Amino acid sequence: MSQVAQGRGRGGFIAGFLLAPLALYLTFVIWPYVQTFGYSFTNWTGQSPTFDFVGVDNYSALMKDEVFRGALWNNLLLLVFVPVVTILLALFFAFMVNAGGRGGAGGVKGVRGSGFYKIVYFFPQVLSLAILAVLFGAVYRTDEGGLLNGVLIKLGLVDRLHPIEWLNEPNLVLWCLLLVVVWHGVGFYLVLFSAAMQSVPKDIYEAALLDGAGRAQTFLKVTLPLLWDSVQTSAVYLGIAAMDMFVLVSTMTSGQFGGGPDHHSEVMATVLMRNFLYFGKSGYACAMGVVMLVLTMILSVITLRATRRERIEF
Amino acid sequence: MSMASTGEGLGRRDLIKRSAALGLITVPTMGFLSACASGGGEPTSGPSKAATSAQNPFGVAKGSKMDVVVFKGGFGDDYAKAWEAAFDKKWGTTSSHLGTQEITGKLQTRFNGGNPPDVVDNSGAQKIKLDVLFKSNQLADLTPVLDAPSLDDPGKKVRDTLIAGTIEQGTQGGKFVSLNYVYTVYGFWYSGKLFKEKGWTAPKTWDEFLAVCAKAKEAGLGGLAHQGKYPYYINVVIMDLIAKKGGLDAMKAIDNLEPNAFEGNAAALAAVEAVYEVVEKDLLLPGTNGLTHTESQTAWNQYKAAFIPSGSWLENEQLKQTPEDFDMQFLPVPLLADSKLPFEAIRAGAGEPFIVPEKAANKAGGLEFIRSMLSREWSTMFAQQANSLTVVKDGVDPGVKLRPGTQSAVTALKTAGTNTFNYLYPDWYSEMDTAIQDASNELMAKRIQPKEWIKRAQAAVNKAAQDPNAKNNRRS
Repeated sequence: MSQVAQGRGRGGFIAGFLLAPLALYLTFVIWPYVQTFGYSFTNWTGQSPTFDFVGVDNYSALMKDEVFRGALWNNLLLLVFVPVVTILLALFFAFMVNAGGRGGAGGVKGVRGSGFYKIVYFFPQVLSLAILAVLFGAVYRTDEGGLLNGVLIKLGLVDRLHPIEWLNEPNLVLWCLLLVVVWHGVGFYLVLFSAAMQSVPKDIYEAALLDGAGRAQTFLKVTLPLLWDSVQTSAVYLGIAAMDMFVLVSTMTSGQFGGGPDHHSEVMATVLMRNFLYFGKSGYACAMGVVMLVLTMILSVITLRATRRERIEF
Repeated sequence: MSMASTGEGLGRRDLIKRSAALGLITVPTMGFLSACASGGGEPTSGPSKAATSAQNPFGVAKGSKMDVVVFKGGFGDDYAKAWEAAFDKKWGTTSSHLGTQEITGKLQTRFNGGNPPDVVDNSGAQKIKLDVLFKSNQLADLTPVLDAPSLDDPGKKVRDTLIAGTIEQGTQGGKFVSLNYVYTVYGFWYSGKLFKEKGWTAPKTWDEFLAVCAKAKEAGLGGLAHQGKYPYYINVVIMDLIAKKGGLDAMKAIDNLEPNAFEGNAAALAAVEAVYEVVEKDLLLPGTNGLTHTESQTAWNQYKAAFIPSGSWLENEQLKQTPEDFDMQFLPVPLLADSKLPFEAIRAGAGEPFIVPEKAANKAGGLEFIRSMLSREWSTMFAQQANSLTVVKDGVDPGVKLRPGTQSAVTALKTAGTNTFNYLYPDWYSEMDTAIQDASNELMAKRIQPKEWIKRAQAAVNKAAQDPNAKNNRRS
């Protein structure tokens, strides 16, 4: 076989290998986005193939939609708190299980039983969100049968006749949901950060120890800078999760596709689904989808830019 | 060397084949899509048509095949199996049965491909939208069934054995195309056993209702339990109080989106204030505002509360959680002072649409199946297996022992006579319905007052009045 024939064969092979997936991607990912964009300028109801072109009406209605604006605000709140709280906790725990132990003779190791903790922390990650919703539904149950209420009532901190209606309290509901997300995420990011920490050469830590650095200093001056890449990636992932939140909000809170009480836990995805499937305002919902897409893209870019640092090689 | 290169070549070819196979996945998808567009073709010419007679008005062929698909939801599908057995016995047919929750998933391709089943219970969250089926000529006209002789009394037509409103509800574009078979009544429910033990009597006025709730509280129970996570249920109570106090005009004003449907309507304010009294006097089951329907209904089954609002599907839904001697009882929503409708009046309506596809292979069998459903024998079977009522007038054999809840609903429906009513706005304006439900949730949690509720409900009505459908949806 000549070199040329081999080259042509390879080219054909690569093309054949790439074209089919590319076609699939265009058909099932890009084309729906384009369609959504198109539908967002119509008054499509989602139940009939006929609709009229209404220009930017949907977008101007969206600007005035208080429910959607509230949902956007909630998404932004989550966007700040979900990554920050999850990453801080994960970093703290990861540091403790990897380098937090009382150093022996120059040794850098985790607290006692760290291997066990690592496994336990990872448990929540293997649960699906649906199971999580049921689990925390029982924790937050509004009568004394709920775990939290049950304990608080036993301790005499809450009146049995007036238990705390966790997910039905406008001021609590969002924080209750935040706790679930954090509880679910910390274990995974702990393992991720642990892996990153373990790839840091021990002699760096030993040098820091010899120079008399305490645990906090070691963490801030050594561990964190070396982990920055992982932290950055985590922030983007968690940010995207915070922009979504659909599964938890729609199953755990009251209202059609969740968002209750009285829109206090609304996120953009729940408002979108309600308009799309329940109110028969599919064109309007498509406009929301476009806004969500644009926002998520902007936020990803900002996060990646803002967290860009000089790379530290080791 | 040659061995190695052969191996390599095979590997490559394999890979290409696989990626091609991946591409091929799109082909059947395209098939489905094009099936949506075409779908036409001649109906499969079945052997299943015999000569018609008085006993066999549609010409069911003995020994033909029947294909039945039912939604397996709150009513289960045991009733359908019992029907199919009875049908096979009578006509010598062989029925195939499918009980499923995925009506669309299982049937859309069959409708598009022109080989739909013979009878479908098109219900549940994944039902195929009726108007869509109707517009694409997929639904058989069931009018011949209405005009056929009733199986119970050959001197009567089937249409004369139905509860009022059934035909209107199943009519699309002037054609009767779906039989809404299950008749649901709405109101409060209580345990006959608990009431007997405590010496309470079923209240007829709202004051008596509050008094029973207060006694329950003294006894360490909750008065009213409601499915707080789904304000739909408490909304039924509020709306029924409005209809009963203000009369049918008050109900129609809401359905027709009148500017004074809530605001300036004394009946509406009185109804909301009455429900709020339960909250204000602290007569709710603690925590009920955040419970799901199963959680609160189960608490009620455990004698933790005196009353709960629901439709007559409640007994079947709670079958496993209900103690054997619970003695479930139905109670029409009690009256406010100066009510226009009597205490016996109840909200009632038909649901669970059964259809016969136009292109069914055994359409005659399908029509006969629908006619049989409207016989007293089959209606009784349904009431026994699914613990619910049907649209057949007096459709349950009085000699048959029903579960207590269903029995009490049968009695209530009989006592109500023509005094039944039904709101239409939830079907017409889902956005308005949701907005009012949100307000009710706030009311029950004591976060808003009745006047604020009225304001919010009226705002929802005014917003719905701008809906393009508002012109067509009118009732008189």
